[in-house]
Amino acid sequence: MIKVLKSGLLSSIQDLGRFSYREFGVPFSGAMDSFSFEMANALLGNTKDDAALEMTMIGAKLQFLVSTQLVITGADMSPTINGRKVFNNQVTTVAEGDILSFGSLKNGLRTYLGVKGGIKTDVVLGSRSFYDGITKINAIREGDMLRIEASIINNHSKQGYSKLKPHDFSLNLIEAFKGPEYDLLSSEQKEKLKIGEFEISNLYDRMAYQLTPNLENDLPSILTGPVLSGTVQLTPSGRLIVLMRDCQTTGGYPRVLQLTERAINLLSQKKERDKVSFVLRKD
Amino acid sequence: MKYNLKYSRFGERSILIEWPQFIDENMLQDILNFKKCIQKLYIEQKVEIINTYNSILISCEFTIENINDEMLHLSSLYSGLNIGDILETRLWEIPVCYNDDFGFDLEAMSIAKSLSKAEIIKRHSEQIYTVFFIGFLPGFLYLGGLDESLHFNRKSTPNLDIKKGAVGIGGNQTGIYPKNSPGGWHIIGQSPIDFFDINSDNPCFAKAGDKVKFQPVSRAIYDEILSEVKSNSFQLKSRIYD
Repeated sequence: MIKVLKSGLLSSIQDLGRFSYREFGVPFSGAMDSFSFEMANALLGNTKDDAALEMTMIGAKLQFLVSTQLVITGADMSPTINGRKVFNNQVTTVAEGDILSFGSLKNGLRTYLGVKGGIKTDVVLGSRSFYDGITKINAIREGDMLRIEASIINNHSKQGYSKLKPHDFSLNLIEAFKGPEYDLLSSEQKEKLKIGEFEISNLYDRMAYQLTPNLENDLPSILTGPVLSGTVQLTPSGRLIVLMRDCQTTGGYPRVLQLTERAINLLSQKKERDKVSFVLRKD
Repeated sequence: MKYNLKYSRFGERSILIEWPQFIDENMLQDILNFKKCIQKLYIEQKVEIINTYNSILISCEFTIENINDEMLHLSSLYSGLNIGDILETRLWEIPVCYNDDFGFDLEAMSIAKSLSKAEIIKRHSEQIYTVFFIGFLPGFLYLGGLDESLHFNRKSTPNLDIKKGAVGIGGNQTGIYPKNSPGGWHIIGQSPIDFFDINSDNPCFAKAGDKVKFQPVSRAIYDEILSEVKSNSFQLKSRIYD
């Protein structure tokens, strides 16, 4: 078990998400930065979809009630174990009673804590990913106990290394395909999307990131159609909304761009006032 | 009838197939017919296929290689598709209490539409609606077939606290909120049943193409059904629809 001493700002259990329930209106969910999430599992020798803890901006304080091995990936939140500094992207062994804490955020936004064998919260509709109304809670709370299995400590793997490199959160180019309604845009709008710099507004969460400034726009709404994480919608007021992992399955705003998976992962590490520009893929 | 379909890439992992931009039941049959055929095509792979009024979205877990070949293949599949595969549809009878306890906006709607409350309820519950798809929230049915005299523009300021089970009208649509949610629709009644069950592998009873009819019930019956739903002993009425 892991005992939650402090929850952090928004910490949730995530895996690769809920697949094949979208026809019932259920979002994919899953780790926002799937690259960093998968890296934690790879470093631990876990299976690809083992669940990890996703922390946002302010990390949690956790006590391990069993010994295990862990890896911290994604944003650098200055992690310590019993007050001793530890590093991201390295396998670290913790003993029963050890306390993992996080301090100031050095880069990015979201940090993943993977443990050997994964965190075993309940599977609901094929996934452990938290989502309000599907799982009982949508964030961990102080006092919660997170089930993990004890892992035999292997002295030779106290510090694991890997050829995997974390992605660079300081990049600001967001790669995107044309979306289904891209061709309805005026040439001015296309130009603005191509050369413009956009800032992440104060409205950004697991469901969507809203960008500023607005584009001038007179495109009306469309007939409600499918949307995905990474879909960039243009509202009648000209607001660009990038849908993220917890987005609804369908939407009625024109879908002007579709981010690549890499771009979704990168954007997941951005926060309010960070700036991004779009790069349009030709294919 | 065959439609002119548009096939396009939607990111790295999805293919979007689009029919013309309108809402039509015959077109829905064509969409569902093709959807069934695509499901068969990908039965061995982990692929998710959803439909909306005029689209099918095929999503894979990972990048689709040779996406153009895949789209060509789908296109030839559609050309060779037989019309007339009748899909089994069910008609679901949804109990709704249109009492003043629940139909908060019936009064305002009655005045705006110059229709008595009883007439609004009659027109709303006489109709047989078609489930076009499920979206927006888990278990939210997009229904087609609202009587034109009941079309009513959404509220300009959404209500922040609409209760699970609330039956509403927004523009030319009607529907039931499957969970507490903000929303801009006019609330005319309340259904005691669950539209989404996380414990079931088939979490919503209805599917695209099914039919829905609202059965007006008294407050007493509403309360009775609600307690049956809570104790898991309520059986929703349905029959094959043809």
